[in-house]
Amino acid sequence: MTRYVIRRILWALVLFVVVTFVSYVIFFLIPADPVKLFAGRQATPEDMARAAAFYGLDQPFYVQYWKFLSRLVTHGVIGEKALGFSFVNRQWIASGVQSRAPVTASLVLGGAVMWMILAVPIGIVSALRPRSLIDRGATVFVLIGISAHPVFLALIFLYIFGYKLHMFPIGSYADFFNPPPGQAGGPLQWAWHMFLPWCTFAILFAALYVRMIRASVIETMNEDYVRTARAKGAPEWVVMRSHILRNALLPIVTMLGMDIALGLGGAVFTESVYSLPGLGQWAVQSLETFDLPVTMGVVVFATTAVLVVNVIVDVLYAVIDPRIKLA
Amino acid sequence: MALLDVRDLHTTFRTDDGLVKAVDGVSFTVEPGKTLGIVGESGSGKSVTCLTIMGLNDRRSASTSGQALFKGADLLAMPKNELRALRGNEISMIFQDPMTSLNPVHTIGRQLVEAVHLHQDVSRSSARSQSLDVLKAVGIPNAERRIDDYPHQFSGGMRQRVMIAMALINHPDLLIADEPTTALDVTTQAQILKLMDTLQKEYGSAIVMITHDLGVVAEIADDVVVMYGAQVVERATAEELFARPSMPYTWGLLGSLPRIDHDVERLAQIPGTPPSLLNPPSGCRFHPRCTYAMSICQSEQPPLASATGSETHLSRCHLDQATRLTEIKKLESGHFAEVT
Repeated sequence: MTRYVIRRILWALVLFVVVTFVSYVIFFLIPADPVKLFAGRQATPEDMARAAAFYGLDQPFYVQYWKFLSRLVTHGVIGEKALGFSFVNRQWIASGVQSRAPVTASLVLGGAVMWMILAVPIGIVSALRPRSLIDRGATVFVLIGISAHPVFLALIFLYIFGYKLHMFPIGSYADFFNPPPGQAGGPLQWAWHMFLPWCTFAILFAALYVRMIRASVIETMNEDYVRTARAKGAPEWVVMRSHILRNALLPIVTMLGMDIALGLGGAVFTESVYSLPGLGQWAVQSLETFDLPVTMGVVVFATTAVLVVNVIVDVLYAVIDPRIKLA
Repeated sequence: MALLDVRDLHTTFRTDDGLVKAVDGVSFTVEPGKTLGIVGESGSGKSVTCLTIMGLNDRRSASTSGQALFKGADLLAMPKNELRALRGNEISMIFQDPMTSLNPVHTIGRQLVEAVHLHQDVSRSSARSQSLDVLKAVGIPNAERRIDDYPHQFSGGMRQRVMIAMALINHPDLLIADEPTTALDVTTQAQILKLMDTLQKEYGSAIVMITHDLGVVAEIADDVVVMYGAQVVERATAEELFARPSMPYTWGLLGSLPRIDHDVERLAQIPGTPPSLLNPPSGCRFHPRCTYAMSICQSEQPPLASATGSETHLSRCHLDQATRLTEIKKLESGHFAEVT
C-alpha cells in the first residue's frame, strides 16, 4: 500500500512536469507578442526591451520554464511567491488561487453531489422498470443533458429563474465563510447563489450517470449472488441496498473521481456565465490578456487537483472493494 | 403427508422469439428427511422447476400454473411476504456455481449473520456464534479466523461449503441443491456429497438434488425423477430406476455412465441434441433421438404410466413390456452400449 502510494506520487510528478511544459509550449506558440501589450501603445524599442527583461520574456522559453519550475521548488509549491506574480496587476498568483479555488471547489463538489442525488434514484428506478414511462422519461432527460451546452443552459436558467421568476440571484457569489463586508454570505446564501450554477454544471454528468447507473444495476441484478440473497429470504429493499447497489456503484466511484477532475474544465463555462470569481473564469481572462503566470497558476492548481483526486479514488477503491489489493 | 407435493407445474417464459415452456406439467413429491434426485440434460427444465418452487423466477417474464404444496400450503399462491419468510428458513437452496453465488464485497461472516437475522430475532453475537458453529459443521478449517475473510479468499470447494452452511443455518426442512457439485473437481465433489449426506442425517432435512450425474443420484437419492424436454419422463425409487430403467432416454443416460464391472471400448452417447422448448417435437419429445422410435411416437404423446406394474415406477413410453424387458437385460449385461 505504502509502496503503491509512493509510486503513484512519483508518476504524478512526471505527469505534472509534462502537463506544465506542454502548457508553456502552447503559450509561446500563440502568435502574439505579450511584451507589446504590457509596454503600452507608445512604447519605444528600448521600453519594450526593458519590459521584456522585467517579465523575463527576453529569454528562450525553456529557460523561462526552468525558472518557473525552480521557483516552485525553492518557494515551496504553496508558498506566496511560488507561482510568481501576474503580468497584468503584479499581484501574487498564490493569493489569487487561494481566493478563487474555494469558488471553483464549491461549484464542482456541490455539482457532483447534485448530479449523484439526481442520477442514483433515477438510474435505479429505470433499471428496475426498463421500458417503463419513467425509464423513457429518463432517456429523454439524458438526451437533453448530453446535448445541451452549459452556456446555453446557464443563460436559459438565468433568464427563467433569475430574471423572470426572481427565484435566484443573477451573476453574483456569496462566500460560505468570510463574505467581504457589505455582501451576503453564510451557508444559506452560499447555497442559494450556487443553486443555478450547480444545476447547470450537474445536468450533463447527471445524464451520463443515469445511463451508467442504470446499466450497472441491471447487470448486477442478474448476478448469482443476488439470487442467493433472495433465496435467503431477504426482502427486496435489502437485496437492493446491501447486494445490488453495493456492487453496482463500485465502477461508478472510479468514474466519479475522473469526472470531478474533468469537471474543472466544464466549470470554465459555468463560472463565466454566472460571473463566479472562480479559477475557470480567471483562466479565461488570463488567456485574453496573455497573462502567462496566471494561466500557469491555474494549470498548476488544476493538474495537482486532478492528480490528487485520482490517487484518492484509487486508494478509496481498494477500501470499498476487498478484491483489490494495491501493489 | 409429503413435505413437498408438486402438482402439474407449468412455467412459461415470454421471450423475444416466443413462448418457452420451460416446465410442462411436472409432478413429484418429496418425503420428510428423504432425498429426491432430479436428473436430466442441460435445458431439460430441472433448474427452472426448482426456481419456480422457490419463487425466484423473473416475475416479469415468467408465468406459472399448478401447485407446489409445502406442508400443505401452496407456495405458488402464497403472498410474497409469507413465501419470503419460508425461503432460507424452512426451504433453502444451494446453487451450481459457488464462485459467483457469494457476494464478493461482504465477508462470509456477514453473509451468514444476515441469513440468521433475516429469520431469527437474536443478538449480533448469538448470530455470529451460530455462524461459527455451522462453518465448523461444514468443515471449514480455522473457522474462527476465516469467518472474516471475503469469498475470493476461499477455494471453490470451500465456497460451496460456505453456501451449504448458509443454506443450513436456519435448520430448513427442505434443501434444494441445484447441481451443487458440477463446478467442482472430482475429489471435491465426493467430499461435498459426503458432507451433504452427513448433514442430512444430523439436521434431518429433506433434499432435492438436481443433477445431470446419475452417479450422484445412485449415491444419495431415495427417489428419482428423470426430466426430458420440460417433462417428467420417468419417476421411480432409486432402486427401481437402477434395477429396471424403463424407457430409452434413461437407458441412454445409464449407457453413457462408465461402469467398473463392464469393459466397453467406447461409452454410448445419446445422438442429437436436447429439443427446443420454443417449438418442442410432436408426440413423444424424445422420438427424434430415440433408436426405438415407432410411427405412433411421432403423433401421440405417451402418458406417464406405470411401467413395470409398480405403483411408484412411472414412465412415458410407447414400447411394450416385452421389448423393455429384453432391453433392460441387454443393459445389465453391458451389451446395450454397443446396440445404441
